[in-house]
Amino acid sequence: MTLKEVKIGESCVVTSLGKKGVARRRIMEMGVTPGVTVKVIKVAPFGDPIEVNVRGYELSLRKSEAEQIIVEKV
Amino acid sequence: MSIKIALAGNPNCGKTTLFNYLTGAKQHVGNWPGVTVDKKEGTYRKNKSVKVLDLPGTYSLSPYSAEEIIARDYIVKERPDVVINIIDGTSIERNLYLTLQIIETKVPMVIAVNMEDEMKLKGITVDYDKLSKKLGIPVLPIIARKGTGVIELIDAALVVAEKAGIPNELSLFDENINAALEKLLPILHGQNENEKTWKAIKLLESDEVVLATIPAAAREKVKAIIDTADKNADGDVEAKIADLRYQYIAKIVKESVKKKSEKHIETVSDKWDKILTNRILALPIFAVIMFLMFEITFGSSFIGIGAWLQSIVCDFWDGPFTEAVLTGLENLGAATWLLSLFGDGILAGLGGIISFLPQILILFLLLSVLEDTGYMARVAFVMDRIFRKFGLTGKSFIPLLMGFGCSVPALMAARTLENDKDRRITMMITPFMSCGAKLPIYLMFIGTLFDEKYRTITLFGVYFLGIGVAILSGIILNKLIKSDSVSHFIMELPEYRLPTIKSVLIHGWEKIKGFAVKAGTVIFASTILIWFLASFNVGSFNGENAKINDDGSILCEMDDSFLASAGNGVKVIFMPLGFGDNWRPAVGVVTGWIAKENIVATFSQLYADETVIDAYIDTLTEKEIQEKELLDDNDKVDPDAAAEAYDEALMEGVVDLPALKGPREEGGFDRLTAWSFMAFNLLCMPCFAAVGAMRRELGTWRRTLQAIGFQMLTAWIVAFLIFQIGNLFL
Repeated sequence: MTLKEVKIGESCVVTSLGKKGVARRRIMEMGVTPGVTVKVIKVAPFGDPIEVNVRGYELSLRKSEAEQIIVEKV
Repeated sequence: MSIKIALAGNPNCGKTTLFNYLTGAKQHVGNWPGVTVDKKEGTYRKNKSVKVLDLPGTYSLSPYSAEEIIARDYIVKERPDVVINIIDGTSIERNLYLTLQIIETKVPMVIAVNMEDEMKLKGITVDYDKLSKKLGIPVLPIIARKGTGVIELIDAALVVAEKAGIPNELSLFDENINAALEKLLPILHGQNENEKTWKAIKLLESDEVVLATIPAAAREKVKAIIDTADKNADGDVEAKIADLRYQYIAKIVKESVKKKSEKHIETVSDKWDKILTNRILALPIFAVIMFLMFEITFGSSFIGIGAWLQSIVCDFWDGPFTEAVLTGLENLGAATWLLSLFGDGILAGLGGIISFLPQILILFLLLSVLEDTGYMARVAFVMDRIFRKFGLTGKSFIPLLMGFGCSVPALMAARTLENDKDRRITMMITPFMSCGAKLPIYLMFIGTLFDEKYRTITLFGVYFLGIGVAILSGIILNKLIKSDSVSHFIMELPEYRLPTIKSVLIHGWEKIKGFAVKAGTVIFASTILIWFLASFNVGSFNGENAKINDDGSILCEMDDSFLASAGNGVKVIFMPLGFGDNWRPAVGVVTGWIAKENIVATFSQLYADETVIDAYIDTLTEKEIQEKELLDDNDKVDPDAAAEAYDEALMEGVVDLPALKGPREEGGFDRLTAWSFMAFNLLCMPCFAAVGAMRRELGTWRRTLQAIGFQMLTAWIVAFLIFQIGNLFL
């Protein structure tokens, strides 16, 4: 499944990132790499973007960006 | 010999707090050449031979945005004597990513772990010695806000700078990558020795900027090496590198950092966040905060500090100060035109800028507070979805909202938009948010031409017209402007923090200084220019005016000036909009570019005569005449004061301007042409102050002219549509 489908309050482990590009490089630099645990904290009032907790801090991602991240349920 | 220290670290890590602590007032904010990024340099308060440079906050050294490129170019090319890498102790892993990259640049380094107090709250403890051993670099704890540990930090940094020791290379890559790096080094032969390793790594990371520095002949070879490396790294060596770095980080952190619990603990900050971004509460809370901000800055209630400061400054400037200057000049025997140049030109022009500053200062201070607390990031987070629909991003919201107060700080606020295209579009449509100065124009027309019952709705209509055109423009410009980079919203939502008063003040002051100088020059120059055009004509230079005027001055009335002639020349442009039969509206539009509310004063000058002003005075009670200080020493109404009082009433819409209703050939308007005129002024190029701000933030005149061109075109088309379509129905 992708990070987009993870429900609020749930945690998951990243297995792979999407295709090469500026967004992916950025996401990886921000700490979202294979093997890391990500917890979905909330969704913005209008439905997008989402806020996740990773490596001890809060990161926001648009759903289109979260879609690129393949994860496994914890 | 001076020592150069560069501060590097993630955004929100307290780097700037440290910088402010180190340099105090001895700092200077300039611009990195070619980009609108602040360059902050200063001198260490305790040792004048130590120079400190605050690099832009970055998460890495890959070319994501101008900030990253500036930071890395400075470290790699300028090679400061020592880099102090500030790390936010509450998110050590992510912060260490930048650290590893700085180590790769082989510059002497010291690490400062900041936010010790917050770390305690989160149950995080760091073994500084262990961490230091693992990285081969001194690691010291500090609390930048309080200054704790800072002296020890600088001492350590200076020792490192003196020894000029390069941090050890860390072996965190695998065989495949190391082999590829070996192969790349000879290709970089000829490049600066210190930069080779770093560049080789960047090449493997598909860094466009570094790749461009490779001579074309060698590029094929480089690509081949990268391809091989890719194959051996599951198809993606760039991802592998990032992955290996974080694996290394995870290892170090496991051995030198203790967390009370691996699970996510909810902190006070999280609790606040729940409320502020709550599905139901987020927008109302935001509305209240924005309302308060506007009230404090522009409002006239008891919390209206901005307006109060402005009136004090203006009263002083327009009153005692101007009088003093003019009297002084008169005593020196200055000619009438010179007095006018100073009075109506220079002092009025400078006054325009100065009257701005108090409110902008307040607005910026408030914004700095919101930004430093971390709330702004949440606002962008909440608004993103809606703004995406209009081709913008959540971060566009604040500048656009501020535009309702004043475009100048609004445009400056657009700096937070990292994506170039987002920033440009946002700035181009910000002036469509009807600013405070345009309101008197509407009130003047509404007061004269519209029935009482339609006033509020007409006002709303104008404001919504602006919003509607902005939305449409956003969508259109999104399609028209090409961009290589896609807009992202991969953003850290920082902890909520209470900003220190010092940092807020410094933050706000920097912004004002920048504006005052650059935009100020534009406003000043244009005021003088328009003053000249409005006060002179041919007769000024061939002696005629001197003959005709009672006081022998060479000035003329606005009716006969160059400006009026120019108005006559260009009025034809406005004919399809319904107000091009006479030169007066055109002149009004032009004077509006100094300050939009000037249009009212100009119209008053061009359309009102003594009978109108007298009629207004007649409507005032004796008490009101006293209050408005309209009487001179002989208890007769002073004509200048009366004219001013009339102008003020006109700006509030409580008196009408009869000639405004006159026939079109004499510059009169009807309800339809009033609409097209208001629409035109709402949408056309904003005042010169805003143009100055635009120029500063867009960076080049070319882009500024593009923006202005777009605004003028939009104004013309919309006014045209209003007039022509309106005509069909009426």
